[in-house]
Amino acid sequence: MSIEILMPALSPTMEEGTLAKWNIKEGDTVESGDVIAEIETDKATMEVEAVEEGVVAKLLVEEGAENVKVNAVIAILAEDGEDVSAAASGGAPAPAAAPAVEPAAVTPAIDERPAMAAAAVASVQDPDIPSGTSFTSTTVRDALRDAMAEEMRRDDTVFVMGEEVAEYQGAYKVTRELLQEFGPKRVVDTPITEHGFAGLGVGAAFNGLKPIVEFMTFNFAMQAIDHIINSAAKTLYMSGGQMGCPIVFRGPNSAASRVGAQHSQDYSAWYGNVPGLKVIAPYDAADAKGLLKAAIRDPNPVVFLEHELIYGESFDVPDLDDYVLPIGKAKIRREGTDVTITAHSRMVGFALEAAEILAGEGISAEVIDLRTIRPLDTDTVVQSVMKTNRLVATEEGWGRMGVGAEIAAVVTAEAFDYLDAPPARVHQKDVPLPYAGNLEALSLPNTQDIVAAAKAVCYAE
Amino acid sequence: MPAKSAAFKPATQDQILEFYREMLLMRRFEEKAGQLYGMGLIAGFCHLYIGQEAVVTGVQAVLEEGDQIITGYRDHAHMLACGMDPKGVMAELTGREGGYSRGKGGSMHMFSREKNFYGGHGIVGAQVALGTGLGFANWYKDNGKISVAYFGDGAANQGQVYESFNMAKLWNLPVIYVIENNQYAMGTSVKRASSETHLYKRGASFGIPGEEVDGMDVEAVRKAAHKAAKHARTGKGPYILEMKTYRYRGHSMSDPAKYRTRDEVDEVRSHHDPIDMVKEKLLATKKFSEEDLKAIDKDVKAIVNEAAEFSKTSPEPDPSELYTDVLVEA
Repeated sequence: MSIEILMPALSPTMEEGTLAKWNIKEGDTVESGDVIAEIETDKATMEVEAVEEGVVAKLLVEEGAENVKVNAVIAILAEDGEDVSAAASGGAPAPAAAPAVEPAAVTPAIDERPAMAAAAVASVQDPDIPSGTSFTSTTVRDALRDAMAEEMRRDDTVFVMGEEVAEYQGAYKVTRELLQEFGPKRVVDTPITEHGFAGLGVGAAFNGLKPIVEFMTFNFAMQAIDHIINSAAKTLYMSGGQMGCPIVFRGPNSAASRVGAQHSQDYSAWYGNVPGLKVIAPYDAADAKGLLKAAIRDPNPVVFLEHELIYGESFDVPDLDDYVLPIGKAKIRREGTDVTITAHSRMVGFALEAAEILAGEGISAEVIDLRTIRPLDTDTVVQSVMKTNRLVATEEGWGRMGVGAEIAAVVTAEAFDYLDAPPARVHQKDVPLPYAGNLEALSLPNTQDIVAAAKAVCYAE
Repeated sequence: MPAKSAAFKPATQDQILEFYREMLLMRRFEEKAGQLYGMGLIAGFCHLYIGQEAVVTGVQAVLEEGDQIITGYRDHAHMLACGMDPKGVMAELTGREGGYSRGKGGSMHMFSREKNFYGGHGIVGAQVALGTGLGFANWYKDNGKISVAYFGDGAANQGQVYESFNMAKLWNLPVIYVIENNQYAMGTSVKRASSETHLYKRGASFGIPGEEVDGMDVEAVRKAAHKAAKHARTGKGPYILEMKTYRYRGHSMSDPAKYRTRDEVDEVRSHHDPIDMVKEKLLATKKFSEEDLKAIDKDVKAIVNEAAEFSKTSPEPDPSELYTDVLVEA
């Protein structure tokens, strides 16, 4: 059998090239690895090595030939023992092969999959709290702690790691007393090494553990974001479903108080952009507990965004043995008929205050606590807007490409005919967060901003 | 005697023959991959392991069932070493349904939970932190297993490598760090990129022992890996092996490799080729003849041709696969 040597593709984008030089002539014996030609691609001049052994029976393309298509036959080798002249007559230049891959399909205007996912989410509900259940007033901080402790008691593959989580009892005391109960193997103080311990956590999750990785704040997780996205979020897909990553990345997110631009960013929209992640941002203590327990049990990587300024606030938490909430389900915090206000994390408190003020002015606002940013419960929001015909989407972070932008787009697409006013957004001003007290206050969104936006979409004075 | 305390024994002739077969399979597989790339059947990035075969072959020889390995993007041979099916690997290279990731990963992103191969990672150095995490889980579970994190001389300059070294030694995690020093990080030689070119010393400030190994000599690799594995498996913590090796091809398929001379490549290929050296050793014993080795060549070629054929005929993934495997359904 003669061997056809084809014009090789030597870069991801090469379709044709110039055969700059032949290093062999007819009658030469070549071995695997010998440089047989030089080819100019769209990027560089490359040497081409023989991959088979044999005698050069025929060169079919002249030196200097341009626009030689990839996969055209450029030479013929006679195999060991084969008659060279017979091999030479056996080949004619082949036409360029058809591209191996069909051009990518045009992306449909409407992505069907998120709608399916949202439909599945819409069917899940918070568990019923039986009548007669007592409630205990609990801080968000302690609710998060209780969630971790309960899950660590339930499953000994769950452990928590991060800076100051153990002996110091947590930089914000969220891991208080966990070390005493679970010991240093399950409550692991790490060096200040976010990139490293995030990667270590992901590797541990690949190998059968369920890590809770605490970032002292999510600002520091930018050092680790490669592992959160490239290693944790994408590996399941890239492995064809083999390599799940059950891990929780948690810690305070968004502005604290007067800590300046580098310690004050809201990452909801950043992580919300990434398929393969779930992103949760609770407001009250009961949701913090029920959703963190769900996050720890979830077989996927979960980014759990807390808020320093509500750690110390107290809310009623039901006294139930195992209070687990569904991920991906928004909660209507206050019913109303005139305008829908969406919010998550600390903004929920402002939205509720705004609704109270608006009620005094005759405007009935419906407040939706998103609770989960990905998957986003757009059904609940769209249904609400179909009733109120108006939307104010709020978030603490920057507005550009933000959570509110996404909600406004979905509502516009799915409830266009119901809108009586363009959707409004409330968010941080488009600047790094300033330190000066007055400027910081001007930059961050607040209750009055929401009141003003709601009145604007209601065309009220 | 439990393997973890067993003394090193020189390889038998049959073992050496097996190394020859494994390395030859890697070489022929990679040559075929290069050929399929040239035909446009493999797309994107494709990094060949040709020249470095002794490293992964020698290390794999000392591992036990259940030990994990993880590496970067030059990963095809590591998968073959783990016993993954050449058909599944080649079909992933061509982006087909029969590939290990059902066509969704490609050359740099393949995995086998069954064979304890944890990838195949495209971000330079990421596998070092991840591999340390594999070791952390072994330590946590106290299961007697070790992990091996392979990375190149280029990755050795990434910050997370040192973050990982620090934690691995701090907690004495059972990890072997294998630095495959093929002397070029893409086009930049070690001496142009590294202030300390003896990469095995890079663990010194963390108290991690390291040694330099002739990475072209499979038996030297196996001997060093045996020592490192024993160290890690007996609770002494991580160990660094710097394998001095060489890749014959460019960094990736589109690299013209103008940063080194043809003579340099030919010198290594002619005098230090890991496969030729083993071949000479085998023939010198007179236990095996040229014919015996030719029979192996033939077997290997058949396996590779079968893999190539499978990779061409396996269909592209069904369009419905687009949305699967994004999340594990709870």
